[in-house]
Amino acid sequence: MDGKPQVVNTGASRDPQREFVTLSGEPVKAVYRPEDAPVDYDRDLGDPGRYPFTRGPYETMYRGRLWTMRQFAGFGTAEETNERFKYLLAQGQTGLSVAFDFPTLLGYDSDDPFSDGEVGKLGVAIDTLADMERLFDGIPLGEVSTSMTINGPAMVLYAMYLAVAEKQGVDWRRLRGTIQNDILKEYFAQNTYIFPPEPSLKIITDIFAFSAERVPKWNTISISGYHIREAGATAAQELAFTLANGFTYVEEGIKAGLDVDTFAPRLSFFWDIHNDFFEEIAKLRAARRIWARRLREHYGAKDPRSWAMRFHSQTAGVSLTAQQAENNIVRVALQALAAVLGGTQSLHTNSFDEALALPTEQAVRIALRTQQIIAEETGVTNTIDPLAGSYFVEALTDEMERKAEAYFKRIEEIGGVVAGIEQGFFQREIADASYAFQRRVQSGEYVIVGVNKYQVDEEPPVPILKVSDEVQRRQIERLREVKRTRHQRRVRETLRDLAAAAHRGDNIMPPLVDAVRAYATQGEICDTLREVFGEYREQAVF
Amino acid sequence: MTGAREPFARVAAKGEEPVDRPIRVLVTKPGMDAHDRGAKVIARAFRDAGMEVIYTGLRQTPQNIVDAAVDEDVDVVGLSILSGAHNTLVPRIMDLLRQAGRDDVVVVLGGIIPDDDIPALKEAGVAGVFGPGSDVDQIVEFVRRAVQERSRVG
Repeated sequence: MDGKPQVVNTGASRDPQREFVTLSGEPVKAVYRPEDAPVDYDRDLGDPGRYPFTRGPYETMYRGRLWTMRQFAGFGTAEETNERFKYLLAQGQTGLSVAFDFPTLLGYDSDDPFSDGEVGKLGVAIDTLADMERLFDGIPLGEVSTSMTINGPAMVLYAMYLAVAEKQGVDWRRLRGTIQNDILKEYFAQNTYIFPPEPSLKIITDIFAFSAERVPKWNTISISGYHIREAGATAAQELAFTLANGFTYVEEGIKAGLDVDTFAPRLSFFWDIHNDFFEEIAKLRAARRIWARRLREHYGAKDPRSWAMRFHSQTAGVSLTAQQAENNIVRVALQALAAVLGGTQSLHTNSFDEALALPTEQAVRIALRTQQIIAEETGVTNTIDPLAGSYFVEALTDEMERKAEAYFKRIEEIGGVVAGIEQGFFQREIADASYAFQRRVQSGEYVIVGVNKYQVDEEPPVPILKVSDEVQRRQIERLREVKRTRHQRRVRETLRDLAAAAHRGDNIMPPLVDAVRAYATQGEICDTLREVFGEYREQAVF
Repeated sequence: MTGAREPFARVAAKGEEPVDRPIRVLVTKPGMDAHDRGAKVIARAFRDAGMEVIYTGLRQTPQNIVDAAVDEDVDVVGLSILSGAHNTLVPRIMDLLRQAGRDDVVVVLGGIIPDDDIPALKEAGVAGVFGPGSDVDQIVEFVRRAVQERSRVG
């Protein structure tokens, strides 16, 4: 609008002419006006539950059902984690989420020399079905939904979960839950790969096909931006790289001869929710819109459930500070609010002590209560997508989509996601962004309260959770006991069948479930497959 | 960069005059820990400060690390561990360095290391431990100084 402002503020202590940017370094204008957000309602937004799903995947959203409150938990032995699960359920949590230790994540047994010092430290140690039985002891798998953060050996832990359900007498068709099973981002972000990309993608399509037929309510993959962001990516990179991975899985499924509408409705996503409130909300809205458009227009999906993106969110671990750790409670609350305003289907809120150690029970309770306060006290769940129509939020949503599309083009030019991994493209993009952000922190341009501004000299100690080395000893003993008492010939036969299926290119899930039922260890199973598929070695890019 | 801040190490082969060369750093991820953002940031910060950086990447055993430190003739080993395995892995690395006759190497450790564990790690020979939120420029300065003090002693 023309003309001078009628009112100006005087005595401003910040220079209004300086550059204002988002957390990801994108410029932000002082004021957004209608021309910044030329929205065509039906084309760009649509009502909740309608194409292109910008406003949410469901018609009723939180009015019909709140998001699932799902705290990622796991440490020590299966019993200790089982206790934590029961505690969380008693506190009103509505879904489970399993954190595995590094030996489990990488497909090694607890008694492997390479596992020494890692057993039960960052998650729960699982070697055989016996551990999985203890992990879910007293938890009815027909009633809870369970998410498992597992990638390289996803098929093994999935098979174990199915075997536990069988023992509990629960029909697989009733099981609800998610395996992360998103291998592509492992090669450039989370780093818990085992095999090279090609056989890994084959295993993933095996899981798609097996589940479509036998475990129809299971989310067979959680295509994750979280770890990409935590590795140092910007919001736009997280959005673009994650969706590019998602497109790759769809293409692999189609290549494997599956009808897109048989598996696409079971694909789910997982986003990191960082500090920049509006940037995060815009990212989530853009993600839904891009996915819907691509699935309908490009891949020819006809089932609206294939178009509608559903996702889990987690507040940004990387944003937690060890300094004045209690401040993290506030950070998490604001991030969680962004996730809810962005329309998440489930949410993990980090505990304030997680820059120091795994969370204590008290810290987890505060994190869970944060979600409950947002859900029950703030009123933000009363209406759906309340920020729609905000000039700023719509402009930012459009901008996110543009940035993602530009990346999709570059990725296509370099030959796709797998080629990009092999060329170190994603690794370099992320490392560059990560280092650029670190320089902004170093210069004080980006303020982290308590770290580069408002520091204190003396920090009162925060009580932390410690996992004793005793866990490793007990876990190894238990593994030996299982090996002593199982039917050895049965183990050998099932592993042989598994190897044969892998060689032939058959679906490996059925023989894998048999091997798990026979109490083959996850190390034995992964070794069997390593023999067939080989192992991936990273290119160390920094 | 001024001459006084030049990141050099003074090294001498047996019976020869010491020479100054850029500080060489091995940045590495011991054990199974997969969190590599910090290691990559610090590797780049060392390189930007004029040091020569070798980054091994993930999943290194203590023996791999010490072999690389010896082969590359480094002045500094930067370990990054966020998995909680530091009490097992770090003393083993220090022992192997000693056995290889390279206990002159300055070893620094970054990651999530509880305060209670730090005294024993320092006792084992770790020169500095840096947790989340550490000032990257201060780490670079710490390493530069530690190497130069060591060069003077040697």
